[in-house]
Amino acid sequence: MQLADEEKAMLAGAQGPARQWAIKHQIAVGEFFDAPDFVAVGQAHIMADTESLGEAGVAWLEELARLPEQHRRVRIPTITDPRGLDFDSYKRLRQTEAMAGLEARAIAAFEALGVLMTNTCINYQTILPPVRGEHLAFGDTGVVIYSNSVMGARSNFEGGPSALSAGLTGRTPRYGYHLDAHRAGTRHFELRHRPRDLADWGALGGIVGKATNSYWEVPVVTGLSAAPNSDELKHFGAALASFGSVALFHIPGVTPEAPTVADAFQGRAVPAAAPIGKSDFDAFFAGYAAGGDKVDVVVFAAPQLSLVEMQQVAGLIGGKRIHPGTSLIVTTSPEIKFAADRMGLTKTIEGAGGIVAAGVCFYQSYAREMAEANGWQRLLTNSAKLVNIIAGYGYKPTLATMEKCIDSAVAGKIV
Amino acid sequence: MPIVLKCHTGIGPTVTGTALVAADNFSARYDLNRLQGTFSRPAHKLYGESYLDRILVLQTAKGGVASAWMLREMTARGMAPKAIIFDRTNTILAQGAAFAEMTMVDRFEQGDPTALIRTGDELKIEPDKGLVTILNRD
Repeated sequence: MQLADEEKAMLAGAQGPARQWAIKHQIAVGEFFDAPDFVAVGQAHIMADTESLGEAGVAWLEELARLPEQHRRVRIPTITDPRGLDFDSYKRLRQTEAMAGLEARAIAAFEALGVLMTNTCINYQTILPPVRGEHLAFGDTGVVIYSNSVMGARSNFEGGPSALSAGLTGRTPRYGYHLDAHRAGTRHFELRHRPRDLADWGALGGIVGKATNSYWEVPVVTGLSAAPNSDELKHFGAALASFGSVALFHIPGVTPEAPTVADAFQGRAVPAAAPIGKSDFDAFFAGYAAGGDKVDVVVFAAPQLSLVEMQQVAGLIGGKRIHPGTSLIVTTSPEIKFAADRMGLTKTIEGAGGIVAAGVCFYQSYAREMAEANGWQRLLTNSAKLVNIIAGYGYKPTLATMEKCIDSAVAGKIV
Repeated sequence: MPIVLKCHTGIGPTVTGTALVAADNFSARYDLNRLQGTFSRPAHKLYGESYLDRILVLQTAKGGVASAWMLREMTARGMAPKAIIFDRTNTILAQGAAFAEMTMVDRFEQGDPTALIRTGDELKIEPDKGLVTILNRD
């Protein structure tokens, strides 16, 4: 890689051991992906819940946090993805004191590095929305795909160590989705059935993701007559990234790099479209169906809920009572939780027997241990991303609309 | 003559070990029981198999940014695979391998390594040279 003078100085250790480690790590990754040089980034977003950090990761962060201030502070706005635990709700979810202790240590270490503890995977809705052409080092696949596709910003999937490195160095290796050449559409899907709700939008992400199945492919979806809203694209993108490892999509007429179909493919030949119809949606839902089964836990998460989704949940659940054999969990960002508290939405949801957790996103929160401690197995959600990922933690997931999820939570079984 | 496969230069030290192969993908967070060292997602082709000390040979890395931390955490507990060979990795697993100093290579000249390497093969991976040698076959 071509290094600028400042990058050489960091590599030589002139700016302390944290920045030296960071630039070394970034060079190893950059060379693996044939990056020609570094590009300055405007923000970094770190996925670093304690379940994935573990004791080893937290101890490593604490070492960085003990360095002198000028050597340890990040140099660009650096924010965090959901945490492993919410201190206000962890006891109700039967998470342990050991988990809370590790979480507190990780937070203290990040704060010493100058990281803003936003604890959110919807920062593009709530913190500092990315701008077209802005280079970023974002973690969380749902955040990256939304920022790249809907906002036209430029980020690869940056894992925790790489996003933290970018925070420390203010740059990232220029490869993948930082480069124009990688942003052209490579696959073409034509929608013949418009998704009706968030579960449908997630299902569409799952259908396109399964068919695309590569970080390096860029699906283009045509056939939409009107623009989806931010929550719909959030569920679509999160599922597409989860099922397919996809980091960028184009919807001609909707997303900024694709005013037309020709633009989506950067003027290259447009491939024949694979149609997606109602039967594809039906088959997707059928793959997770479990009608009549007792439901142990209903989860609204992955991604965290916007204020509008919080209002929808509260509107559907108000005046009802969740079945005593079923738990209902809603996760959102700390900012949205504060607003939901202020507007009475939290009170409505918790008054019906639900739990509103802030700064977490369920699956990053020791999901296996929660399942064992609470005796949960059958999980119902309107998040296609969650049904894709949670089976590995020992759950049996079912996908349904928000309305059906809440009706099932009240009935105690899948209706 | 052992079979020599040419790949892109990779990450981590030269290692030798036994292959565990599947025409399937990989996420440390969603596919594994990291406490027991086994594949735990029922739909995975290696479901129930132990990955400890094996060289995993898989097609692509799947979503889940957490995997970048997890390889190092698994290595620290002695509960990690010895190396991972992909047909094509995503950014997360490459970053995770760099952080964990675990051996990882991908992009083979001869095609998909899950079709070239068999479970039980003895492999030598030389990331700096971009070479994987199948020691037990010719």
